[in-house]
Amino acid sequence: MKVLVAVKRVVDYNVKVRPKADGSGVELNNLKMSINPFCEIAVEEAVRLKENGVATEIVAVSIGPQQAQEQIRTSLALGADRGVLIKTDQDLEPLAVAKCLKAICDQESPDIVLMGKQSIDGDNNQTGQMLGALTGYPQGTFASELKVDGGKATVTREIDGGLQTVSLNLPAIVTTDLRLNEPRYASLPNIMKAKKKPLDETSPEELGVDVAPRVELLGVELPAERSAGIKVANVDELLDKLKNEAKVI
Amino acid sequence: MSILVVAEHDNSHLKAATLNAVTAALDIDSEITLLVAGSNCSEVASEAASVVGVGKVLLADNPAYADRLAENLAPLIAEIAPGYSHVLAPATTTGKNILPRAAALLDVQPISDIVSVESADTFKRPIYAGNVIATVKSADPIKVLTVRTTAFDAAPTEGGSASVEPLDITHNAGNSAFVGEELAVSERPELTSATVVISGGRGLASSENFQMLAKLADKLGGAIGASRAAVDAGFVPNDMQVGQTGKIVAPDLYIAVGISGAIQHLAGMKDSKVIVAINKDEEAPIFQVADYGLVADLFDVIPEMEQKL
Ligand SMILES: Cc1cc2nc3c(=O)[nH]c(=O)nc-3n(C[C@H](O)[C@H](O)[C@H](O)COP(=O)(O)OP(=O)(O)OC[C@H]3O[C@@H](n4cnc5c(N)ncnc54)[C@H](O)[C@@H]3O)c2cc1C
Ligand SMILES: Nc1ncnc2c1ncn2[C@@H]1O[C@H](COP(=O)(O)O)[C@@H](O)[C@H]1O
Repeated sequence: MKVLVAVKRVVDYNVKVRPKADGSGVELNNLKMSINPFCEIAVEEAVRLKENGVATEIVAVSIGPQQAQEQIRTSLALGADRGVLIKTDQDLEPLAVAKCLKAICDQESPDIVLMGKQSIDGDNNQTGQMLGALTGYPQGTFASELKVDGGKATVTREIDGGLQTVSLNLPAIVTTDLRLNEPRYASLPNIMKAKKKPLDETSPEELGVDVAPRVELLGVELPAERSAGIKVANVDELLDKLKNEAKVI
Repeated sequence: MSILVVAEHDNSHLKAATLNAVTAALDIDSEITLLVAGSNCSEVASEAASVVGVGKVLLADNPAYADRLAENLAPLIAEIAPGYSHVLAPATTTGKNILPRAAALLDVQPISDIVSVESADTFKRPIYAGNVIATVKSADPIKVLTVRTTAFDAAPTEGGSASVEPLDITHNAGNSAFVGEELAVSERPELTSATVVISGGRGLASSENFQMLAKLADKLGGAIGASRAAVDAGFVPNDMQVGQTGKIVAPDLYIAVGISGAIQHLAGMKDSKVIVAINKDEEAPIFQVADYGLVADLFDVIPEMEQKL
């Protein structure tokens, strides 16, 4: 069984980004870049499927600039078998990413596509669902548990009211939530080994994918600042302020 | 222009989040159609028909839509969407699950989590965990949007008189099935619409200690939330997580107890009207967004508050 994992290169989650001085976009120069945390969970889940004898091959795919190779190499060090970089210097929208991934699905015929539920830069939460539409595969989004057995994936999903379980025919798409697993660290020997694993390169053009943007970014701004608050000395003062100043209790 | 809003419901009642999406739709145009897709859900359609501002309700009552599986609902939405300029749904886990799938069938790039309508094609939305707000303009013929419910008031539920039109369209992909659900039952108000939210973090140290917060919440008529660390530690279930990747709340009063204030947590609560932080570390970043900060041990403060209220 083949598993495809989509990994995105994003600004590290510890970095607090700011708008560029002219407000045209987000200042990204010289920031620490990492694998999107949800994608790391997707890779870990794929590796566990392989360790449990369910998966036989893991292909890690990333769409992005040449440097996105780093995130593919990280995935290879964590246990993926080979990588595919779909190289583009354009910042692709989820629809275009989904179309690129659809083209890879056509080539690779995976049984399961594991993805993050959300990229922490654009906070879109769209690509897995859109790939589902384009491939016709069913989707198990926001997964906190995945079982694969007898041609089906059973996915426990984190929904607003609690948990929901669905059963999906394979091939299927699963997007990860934070509690699906805790990703391992790559060991030094595995990082060395990852350098020798195959990493193919292609491009949206080569895949025949139209990546023309549909949404224009007119600008970015900081959210409304909260005015500085005060420290209260004790519970009595707190309750007094909440009653008589803020009038919320 | 006419706008389709996908109603969220459980086959018996309309969910409140739908009402915020209706208000967002009314910011774009006045002609609103609500789609109620489910099974044995005619009661929901009647509720939908009385929401102020709704002109028409489409009722797709079919066993295939009983569990709102994206594989069946997305093609239904995509089939009727071309009659509308915009398709909206609340940015709940249901809306986020279904709408992008429908958008891809329409070859449209959807826009998630809008917090304001600038014009019919231009919207604001938070990115990077709410650290910046982007203004984006869609060039697609149909705009597909999910709505951050805390950014729009709820439309009134009584006073409208929309017509209900049955819709006889079946999509049953047959490749997915609902197995079961474990829904939290609580007497307390729902987290995302409560006027008071009391959230606990890793500082609470155990599931038992959350009972302290529960007592306080009961006194204040509030809901209980949590940081991811508290959920990860197993103190409380996942549906209580507030933050970038949990629920977004904006109550009148948010009390953060034993929560450090990581950006991912702030993303889910910093639009609250009044924020109180209780933390024993005076350097905790949560104090930077708190209107009232109390540097103290929560195990002293919470029982005292409860007793004095
Ligand atoms: C991709 C990603 C997504 C994330 N999404 C979310 C999200 O949606 N929501 C979320 O909350 N987090 C999220 N996180 C996690 C986030 O980064 C933080 O790790 C988390 O919010 C920390 O939770 P905490 O404040 O409870 O714990 P800590 O950071 O450990 O803080 C505990 C606090 O309790 C205080 N404390 C301890 N004991 C006491 C006491 N007796 N009295 C008073 N104070 C006390 C301490 O001083 C400390 O400030 C995400 C992380 C990642 C990587
Ligand atoms: N450029 C990309 N390259 C690889 N995978 C991506 C890319 N963009 C999005 N994805 C996948 O889609 C998931 C959800 O992203 P998004 O819809 O942007 O929130 C991510 O966690 C990745 O698994």
